[in-house]
Amino acid sequence: MSTRMIVDKAVKYILFISAILSIIIVLAIAFFIFQESVQAWKEIGVGEMLFKRVWRPGQDQYGILAMIYGSVAVTFGAIILGVPLALGTAIFLGEIAPTGVRAVLRPAVQLLAGIPSVVYGLFGMVVLVPMVRQINVPGNSGYGLLAASIVLAVMILPTITSIAEDAIRAVPDSYRSGSLALGATRWQTITKVVLPAGRSGIIAGIILGVGRALGETMAMIMVIGNSVIFPSPLTKNPLTFFLSQARTLTGNIAVEISYATGVHESALFATGVVLFVLIIVVNASARWLISRQSDVQTTRQG
Amino acid sequence: MTTLMSEEATERDLKMRKSSQKFWFAATWIFGAITFSILLLVIGYVIIQGGKAVNWEFLSTAPKGGLSGEGGVSTTLGTTLYLVLLTIGISTPLGVGAAIYLIEYAGEQSLTSPVLRALISIANFAVETLAGIPSIIYGLFGYALFVSALRFGWSLLSASLAGACLVLPTIIRTTEEALLAVPDDYRRGSLALGATKWQTLYKVVLPASLPGIITGVILSVGRVISETAVFFVTLGGSHRLPTSIMDGGRTLALHLYYLAMDTRAFDKAMGTGAVLVVMIILINLAIDFVSRKLTAGLKGR
Repeated sequence: MSTRMIVDKAVKYILFISAILSIIIVLAIAFFIFQESVQAWKEIGVGEMLFKRVWRPGQDQYGILAMIYGSVAVTFGAIILGVPLALGTAIFLGEIAPTGVRAVLRPAVQLLAGIPSVVYGLFGMVVLVPMVRQINVPGNSGYGLLAASIVLAVMILPTITSIAEDAIRAVPDSYRSGSLALGATRWQTITKVVLPAGRSGIIAGIILGVGRALGETMAMIMVIGNSVIFPSPLTKNPLTFFLSQARTLTGNIAVEISYATGVHESALFATGVVLFVLIIVVNASARWLISRQSDVQTTRQG
Repeated sequence: MTTLMSEEATERDLKMRKSSQKFWFAATWIFGAITFSILLLVIGYVIIQGGKAVNWEFLSTAPKGGLSGEGGVSTTLGTTLYLVLLTIGISTPLGVGAAIYLIEYAGEQSLTSPVLRALISIANFAVETLAGIPSIIYGLFGYALFVSALRFGWSLLSASLAGACLVLPTIIRTTEEALLAVPDDYRRGSLALGATKWQTLYKVVLPASLPGIITGVILSVGRVISETAVFFVTLGGSHRLPTSIMDGGRTLALHLYYLAMDTRAFDKAMGTGAVLVVMIILINLAIDFVSRKLTAGLKGR
């Protein structure tokens, strides 16, 4: 065998190893986080951890329900605020914007995705929190679910917008011409033909936005207040719920990991396990939807 | 008579549909405008307010450390640079290698054995999974494996290894896309001339896909500059410039966090934010430039 054939073979194996590395990393992440959390699940108990509201490491109380609730509440707020804006922008970019406008807005959305989360967090602290503090409700510090939801809505906006736009653009042009030929207006074509055809991809974009929101850490620490309380309305008005402070699963890990030891440290890894499982489920459902979308399109086109 | 009526009705209906279209088109223009103004507001505010704190002295003096919030950002710029170089240095060869295998070899290798085929599809699945894992989980992993188990401590080494895992899927994906964009004729032409597979890849396919690969690398540089959660739990946070890879430190983004949360030095934090935002804008421009080159190059041939 000539030298260059040997090199050819050797390179193939080296490349194979780097291709397998991703599998190794996923397994290593899962293994280390689960392994470090075992102590907490054993000593504290699964039910105790998942369903108790009180997190007081000093007194050996490790319930993460308040943090699960905090993460879900702030994600919900971000979705309510961010999804309509993201979908509107996606429809605009995909169907309506003239080329020149699109050429400006698209990079702008990309840039929005690239801004560091601490910059969003700082903007929230300096601009949004003082504004929220103006709302005259006893116990309102400005830090809390409302400010955090707004910051998070902006952070997931680019994710949802670009995936939804891709889904809209992937709808074959023959669908549009067919609808227009039947006498539908362009707007009717968008709502009755294009959006239903791109539905799976659009929903997948929203779900990936949820994943992004659940995983956001630093910006949340900076604006949500971080008190370990079960978020609840400050007064009788249920809307004051959003003025309540909270703590997210991600914030719980980041704030305490550097000084935690023993069961406390293990309980933080358990928090990570809960987050990890949540995200895997969320992302898997998005992936399933995206694959279904491409199946539908290929069969219809073929 | 009836036909006339229905024609009138059709006319009315069309008018209705057209005015409804006008309304909704205007609404989407407004949505687009809101999205654009959010960007202008955030970037404009940070650059204008933060710009006041930024001058040569700010960039060239070291932060005082402690709780004072005094001083500049010089050491954090240095740490950011070290961390970018290390992280990219580790992740690029691995990511590009993985992408080459998954695009150029996986097809033919899958035919040779069912085990290989399974491994390759699991690898694709793993890349997607990695891309979706939130950064704090990478931080937690880096803390458990590199900081604690391997006893690297809070250091550049721990942080860059965790960071490399974080950007790996980005590099793999962009490289895969770049390789897929190279026409098969290039490969056939080279193989027909008697080159081996690796010679073909090395001399023909990789040069043609280089702009795409560079895009992935620049994207990852941006990711490392703006990432905070991973380094918050693996890099320590010392305000001094690390002197070896076993030393900790803080990046610009981490420095911003400490300034805002620990010392409440908001003007300095905003100045740091302005420096970060300008860096990210430059990175976006660079990506735009390279991808324009990529399309021009492929069309030119």
